[in-house]
Amino acid sequence: MASTVDRPSGRAGLNLGYLPYLLPGAIGFFVVVLIPFLMNIAVSFTRWKGIGVPKFIGLENYLKLFQDKTFWAAFEHSVACVIAMALIPTALGLFLGAVLFDYIGPRFGPRASSGLRAAFYLPQILPVAVAGVLWGWILSPIGVLNTILDGLGLHALSQNWLGDPATALLAVMFVMVWLQLGYALVVFMAGLARVDPALYEAAELDGAPWLSRFRHITIPMLKPEIFVVGLTTTIAALKVFAPVYVLTSGGPDNATTVPSYFAYYHFFTTNRVGYGAAITTVQTLITIVLGLVFLRVQRKQTEGAN
Amino acid sequence: MSADATIAAQPTKRARARSSNEPDGRHGEGFGRYWVLALLVVAALLTLFPFFLAAINAIKTPTDYGANGPVALPRSFDLSALFAFWTGVEFGRKLWNSVLISGCVAFFGVALSLLNAYALGIGKVKGRNLILIVLMLGIMVPQESLVYPIYYLAKSVGLYDTRLSVIIVFTVLQSAFGTYMLSAVLTQFPREIIDAAEIDGASRLQVLWHVVIPVLRPTLTVLGTFFFIWTWNEFLLPLVLLISNDNQNVSVAMGTLHGQHVSDPTTTAAAALLGIVPTVIFFLVFQRTLMRGVTVGAVK
Repeated sequence: MASTVDRPSGRAGLNLGYLPYLLPGAIGFFVVVLIPFLMNIAVSFTRWKGIGVPKFIGLENYLKLFQDKTFWAAFEHSVACVIAMALIPTALGLFLGAVLFDYIGPRFGPRASSGLRAAFYLPQILPVAVAGVLWGWILSPIGVLNTILDGLGLHALSQNWLGDPATALLAVMFVMVWLQLGYALVVFMAGLARVDPALYEAAELDGAPWLSRFRHITIPMLKPEIFVVGLTTTIAALKVFAPVYVLTSGGPDNATTVPSYFAYYHFFTTNRVGYGAAITTVQTLITIVLGLVFLRVQRKQTEGAN
Repeated sequence: MSADATIAAQPTKRARARSSNEPDGRHGEGFGRYWVLALLVVAALLTLFPFFLAAINAIKTPTDYGANGPVALPRSFDLSALFAFWTGVEFGRKLWNSVLISGCVAFFGVALSLLNAYALGIGKVKGRNLILIVLMLGIMVPQESLVYPIYYLAKSVGLYDTRLSVIIVFTVLQSAFGTYMLSAVLTQFPREIIDAAEIDGASRLQVLWHVVIPVLRPTLTVLGTFFFIWTWNEFLLPLVLLISNDNQNVSVAMGTLHGQHVSDPTTTAAAALLGIVPTVIFFLVFQRTLMRGVTVGAVK
């Protein structure tokens, strides 16, 4: 690797010959990402209904936004999404991955552990819209969950899970965990495959119980994977849209609204496009800042390790 | 840390070797170990329970459903809910749209990623790190902040409500990740092979076609598989861009269901089942590729 990196950069002139290969990608990036991105920022400083000429109003949208209770509620729900899509799946996936890898695998064979892994992974590949239809049906007032609860004699517990502000967010969070767990699990199990088994064997011979092996071998060895899963799922949680759209449409009473849905609502329902653009601009800023913080932390960690 | 290592290396068998020299039931575990297995099996079954529910209820008659509830095994066998939903939303058409859109994105997305990565990874074009950082930002940007301008632009160039618009948008969006991954792979491409080809008088295009692509083929397949399934599952942009019945894909048809075509629980189950089946088939066929691909995606 070093030999290619160290190649004399005196060949810069030659490298220009590669520029045509970048052209299609550059055009695409400009048209689909960069121009829309800049347009969106520009629109956020205007009052615009999507037709006619946008009227420049400076920071008015942003000032209004910070006084908008729904906006703050949406961000609180974003935190809930981070818990449901990043925190819980990462923690649970780590635990399950370790159990499958160094307990189930050795004792019951690789087929048992990879079969279980596949079962936990399956929801992850489902289109979210399909998962929404499925869970909307299960959680509906006359749905499967309530039928089961009634069948168990727990009538008191059955309720309108997605329609009651008290339970809607929890129900959506539950579906998110169900969707997300498999991703973390698969990544962690793949990461464990590169850990030297001798490490575990030595620890086992020394009589280290499972939990301390988990703490002192599994978690430190999986640090890069934990970091990546944490980062990608957190970013995904901040821009979550489909589960909310399909399950609750942000309701009841905005109990489950998230920034993406809130922006979508203003773009396409109220036609307050400038306001929607302000929402997504703030959301983008938060996502990018968080991403950069994550990357910085990672860089520090890897530097510290060397 | 390098993506190519993960792709090239099959999951190691090392770990498995351990099981053979592990005497049964040591540490006095006895039946204890079966408890762990049983717990995990129950958890896995609970995870799969919704799939099972959709399957058993999609083939019941509404009377059976009404009388015995959603959890009971079917006592009737009736495919009319499935047929009703299929014809009601023209599901065949939605499936074809999904296949067409995802297939084109997989192909063009890989091609575009490869061209970019060739210039960045092999060509080491000046400012490549800056380009990669900009691309990464492009990935991090929420689609929500692009959606209205894209919708507006699509309308103004007459691409609104066409499958082509979705294909173009996702080809570009997916290729951001593809470029990032492939250029990491190509940075470590053995230089000697390329030099040898160049000495033999091969042009850059010939090097790409006859040297790079053959070596990279497995990686490109993984990438394409992933683009396919990611695009299949996308929701927001197709929801905004594909309005008419003729152009909608499976995701949009499902997402806008909300009681539109669904009058009863068995039809909802049927709808869910029809949404599940293609993905599960795809999963069974490409399981290994997908599992490897998740890891590839996570390396960065």
